[in-house]
Amino acid sequence: MKAAVIVFPGSNREGDVARALKQAGADVTTVWHADTELPPGTDLAVLPGGFSYGDYLRCGAIAGRASVMDAVRAHAARGGLVLGICNGFQILCESGLLPGVLMRNAGLHFICRRQFLRVERNDTAFTRAYAAGQAIDVAIAHGEGNYVADEETLARLEGDGRVAFRYADRDGAVTPAANPNGSLNNIAGIYSEKLNVLGLMPHPENLIDDLVGGTDGRGLFQSLLAA
Amino acid sequence: MTVKEPAITPELVASHGLTPDEYERFKALIGREPTFTELGIVSAMWNEHCSYKSSRIHLKGLPTKAPWVIQGPGENAGVIDIGDGLACVFKMESHNHPSFIEPYQGATTGVGGILRDVFTMGARPVAALNSLRFGAPEHPRTRHLVSGVVAGIGGYGNSFGVPTVAGSVGFHTRYDGNILVNAMAVGIARTDGIFYSAATGVGNPIVYLGSKTGRDGIHGATMASAEFDENSEEKRPTVQVGDPFAEKLLLEACLELMQTGSVIAIQDMGAAGLTCSAVEMGAKGGLGVELDLDAVPCREEGMTAYEMMLSESQERMLMVLDPARQAEAEAIFRKWGLDFAVVGHTTDTLRFVVRHQGEVKADLPIRELGDEAPLYDRPWNEPVRPAVLDPTTVAAPVSNTEALIRLVGSPDLASKRWVWEQYDHLILGNTVQTPGGDAAIVRIEDGPKGLALTTDVTPRYCEADPVEGGRQAVAETWRNITAVGGKPLAVTDNLNFGNPERPDIMGQFVGCLRGISEACVALDFPIVSGNVSLYNETQGRAILPTPTIGGVGLVDDVTVHATLAFKRAGDVVLLVGETAGWLGQSVYLRDVAGREEGAPPPVDLAAERRNGDFVRGLIHGGRVSAVHDLSDGGLLVGLAEMALASGIGATLDPAPAELPSHAFWFGEDQARYIVTATADEADAIVAQAREAGVPLRRIGATGGDALRLGADEAISIEDLRRAHESWLPDYMAAAAS
Repeated sequence: MKAAVIVFPGSNREGDVARALKQAGADVTTVWHADTELPPGTDLAVLPGGFSYGDYLRCGAIAGRASVMDAVRAHAARGGLVLGICNGFQILCESGLLPGVLMRNAGLHFICRRQFLRVERNDTAFTRAYAAGQAIDVAIAHGEGNYVADEETLARLEGDGRVAFRYADRDGAVTPAANPNGSLNNIAGIYSEKLNVLGLMPHPENLIDDLVGGTDGRGLFQSLLAA
Repeated sequence: MTVKEPAITPELVASHGLTPDEYERFKALIGREPTFTELGIVSAMWNEHCSYKSSRIHLKGLPTKAPWVIQGPGENAGVIDIGDGLACVFKMESHNHPSFIEPYQGATTGVGGILRDVFTMGARPVAALNSLRFGAPEHPRTRHLVSGVVAGIGGYGNSFGVPTVAGSVGFHTRYDGNILVNAMAVGIARTDGIFYSAATGVGNPIVYLGSKTGRDGIHGATMASAEFDENSEEKRPTVQVGDPFAEKLLLEACLELMQTGSVIAIQDMGAAGLTCSAVEMGAKGGLGVELDLDAVPCREEGMTAYEMMLSESQERMLMVLDPARQAEAEAIFRKWGLDFAVVGHTTDTLRFVVRHQGEVKADLPIRELGDEAPLYDRPWNEPVRPAVLDPTTVAAPVSNTEALIRLVGSPDLASKRWVWEQYDHLILGNTVQTPGGDAAIVRIEDGPKGLALTTDVTPRYCEADPVEGGRQAVAETWRNITAVGGKPLAVTDNLNFGNPERPDIMGQFVGCLRGISEACVALDFPIVSGNVSLYNETQGRAILPTPTIGGVGLVDDVTVHATLAFKRAGDVVLLVGETAGWLGQSVYLRDVAGREEGAPPPVDLAAERRNGDFVRGLIHGGRVSAVHDLSDGGLLVGLAEMALASGIGATLDPAPAELPSHAFWFGEDQARYIVTATADEADAIVAQAREAGVPLRRIGATGGDALRLGADEAISIEDLRRAHESWLPDYMAAAAS
C-alpha cells in the first residue's frame, strides 16, 4: 500500500496520520500542496487534519482549489482511494469530491473529546476490519464539524448506504445526546458514490495506541492495508 | 513622504512611561537630546516589562543551576538535558494586560509569543499549558473574559498544532480589574541543535522573517508596565493580533532553515518588537547593529521609523545568517510563503544605528540600552504574618458530605472540562495523561521517555504569607509531577504582582521569591526561565500575589506512571503524610465558613522530599494502583476526585477523635498523597513507610458507588458528579440569557 499524505500550509495532523499508516504497514510519502502530481503508484491519497491556509476563508475552501487537488480528483476518478480526516473532510466537500458542507458546531465551541462512532457498514476498503454496527471509541477535535446537506442529497446518501460513521453512545445507539456538533442524522463521515473516497470528522489516527487512549482507530488503517 | 516628528517635551517623555530622572539618565548616556525615534526605543528598552528594573536585583539570587541545566534564564527559553541527546526547552510568560482589554487576541498572542520563544531555540513545541485567574464569577465582566480567553488559547494552539495538556483556572474578586493569562510552552530539541540569540561576526546580514510589520501593539510593553485606570479601554489599539497560521509556517520554515546550518543567531520579535530583538542580538554578541528600515516588510503604508521600531506585530523573527548560505535560506522562506528581507548587518561599532529614507533616525550605544537600564532597589515592607488559626474555632458544617458537595461544585474546585475540551489536547498522539490529572504526561516521540508537566500556585497562601506561599507553589508543582511518577527536573516562573512602587507589594514580591528560592534549593528544582509581570493593579487595588510555577519532570518509561482514578473495588486507601487539620487559608474556610484568614499551611520541605520520593518509588515499583496529591480542599476533596475519575466509591474510617472531623477531612496540610494498593501490597507499604520514617495510615477501602464516611455519612458519586461537572457550563450558559 503506497499512501501519499498531502501537506497544505497549516496542515497539522499529517504526522499523526502518517504514524497510523506506518503502524499498519503502509509505505508513506508526503506531497506538497503546490505539486501537481501524486507519486507514481499511489494507492491512497490522504488529506490530513489541520487548518489549511489558516481556514481563514471557509474551512477547506482554499485547499479545495490547490494545485495538488486536480491530481487527487484524477486519482479518485480512476477509482483510487482517498481519505480525508477533519480538515481533510472539509477539503473533500469544498473540492466537490463529497457532497454537503461542514458548518460551525451547534454549540459554537471547538470540542476535543473522546467520541464513540457507529460503523455503518464493513464492506468497504476503509472498514473491513470492523464489524457492521460496531461502536468504536475515537476522538474528535474540531470547531466546524456540523455536517449539513440539502434534503435530496441527504436522502441519496442514506439511500445509497453512503454514511460511513455516525456519532453514537458506547452501545452504538445513535441518539441526539451522542451528537457533539449538530450534524444531520449524526453523520460523522460519508463515502463517495463508488465508496473509494471517505471523509470523516473524527480522528481514528489518534487512537492507535493502548497507552494513549486506546486502539479503536487502528481498524481503519488495517482495513486499508488489506485493500 | 516624511512625517514631522514631535518635539521632545516633558509631557511626551512622561507619556512614554519614563520618569524625569530616567530621561536625564538617558540624556547623560548619549550626551544630547534624543530624537523622537530614540525616545521610543529607550522607552521600549527601559520599561518594567523589558528591563525588569524593579525585579532584577531580587531575581539574581534565584537558584538556576544544576548538572542537567543547559541554559538558565536570559535566553528566549530555558533548556534542560533529558538524556539520549535530547533537550527540553520551556518557558512561561504572561499576557495579562492585553487579555483584560481584548481577551481573545490577548490570549492568542500570549500563546503565540511563548511558542515562538521555544522554537526560536531550535525546539519543536510538543505541549502547551496555561494558568488563568479571573475575577469573581458574579463580576459583570468575568464571563466575557473567560469566554474570550479560553477561545483565544484554543484558537491559537489548536490551529498551530500543539496539544494544550494542562493548566489551572481560578476565580477571586481581587482579579476583577486585572485577570492573569500565563501561557507555557514546552519543546524538544537535540542537545547539539540549540540556537541562541547572540550575534557573531562583523558584516553578517540581519534578516527579517515572518509576517509583515503593522501598527498593532505599538507600546504594548509600556502598557504592560503601568497600572490600569478607568481609561484602560482606550488601550485596545496596543493589543496585537495573532495569526496562528503564520506562526505554524514560521515554525516549519525556521526548523527547516536551522537544519541547513546557516543560522548564526536567532531572536523572536516579542515585546518591543524590532527594537528589543535587534538590540539583544547585538549587545549579547558584543557587536553593533545597523538597520535599514526601508527594507522592512510593512503591512501598512507610510509607517514611520518610530512605528516600525515599536510595532509588536506578531509572528516575526530576526536572524543573523551566514552570508554564504543566504540564497538557500531565502528559498526555504519563499517556499513557505513568508517574508524574507535583509534589513541590516552587524558592525564592530557597538552602536545601534537605525536608518530610514536616507536619514539616521537613531544612533545609540547598544550595550547601554540594556545594561544601563535603571535598576531599582525599591523599598519594601516585611509582610505581617497572620496568626495561626485554631481549627477548633472553625464552625463544623451541617454535615461533611454537605460541605463536600459544595466544595466540588465551587468555582475554584469545579471541573474545568468546559475549558479544556476547547483545547485540542490529543494532537500529535502522545498525550499519555490528559487534562484533569495531577500532571499531564506527554510521550517523547515513540517513547519510552515522557515529560510530566504542570502549573501551580495558591495565591491566597501567598497573600497571607508570601514566603510560605512561595514555598508552597514550588512544592505543589514538585508534588504533582511526583504523583504521576515523574522525576521533577526544573521550573519556569511567572511572577504576577501589583504595583512594585508600593512597599507592601514589593514586600510580597521579595517574600514569595525567598520562598520559591528556598523550595527550589531544597528540592533540587532549579529555575531555568521566567517572566515578571508587575503593575497588575487597577485604581490602587492589586491582584493576589500570584507567582505561577510551571514544572517539568522526566518519566523514564511512560508505561510506568500513575493516575488518580481508583482502579478497582477492594483496594486499600492509604494516606501519606502528616494530617494536623490545618484550616487557615483553606478553601473550606473560605467557601464553606465564609472566612479568609489565618496563616497558610506550613511547608516542610524535608517532609515534601521524603514523602514524595517514597511515593515515586511505589509508582516505579508498580506497587500502587492510584495516586493523587492533596491540595485545595484537602483529603475529602482529593478522595472525591479519585472517585469521580473512576466511578468507584470508597468507604472511609471515621475521622480520628483528636481532631474536629471537618479539620481532618478539609484541612490543607502539605506534603500529602493518597495512594491505593491491594491488601497484600498495602501491608508491605505500611511496613516500609514505618522503616523509612514516612507518616502513613490506612483510611479505608475502595468500592461501591458512594463515598462513605464512617457509619453515618455518605454521598453518591452521581450527586458529586452533578455538582462537579455542572457549575462551569451552567455559569457560562447563563451568559446567553
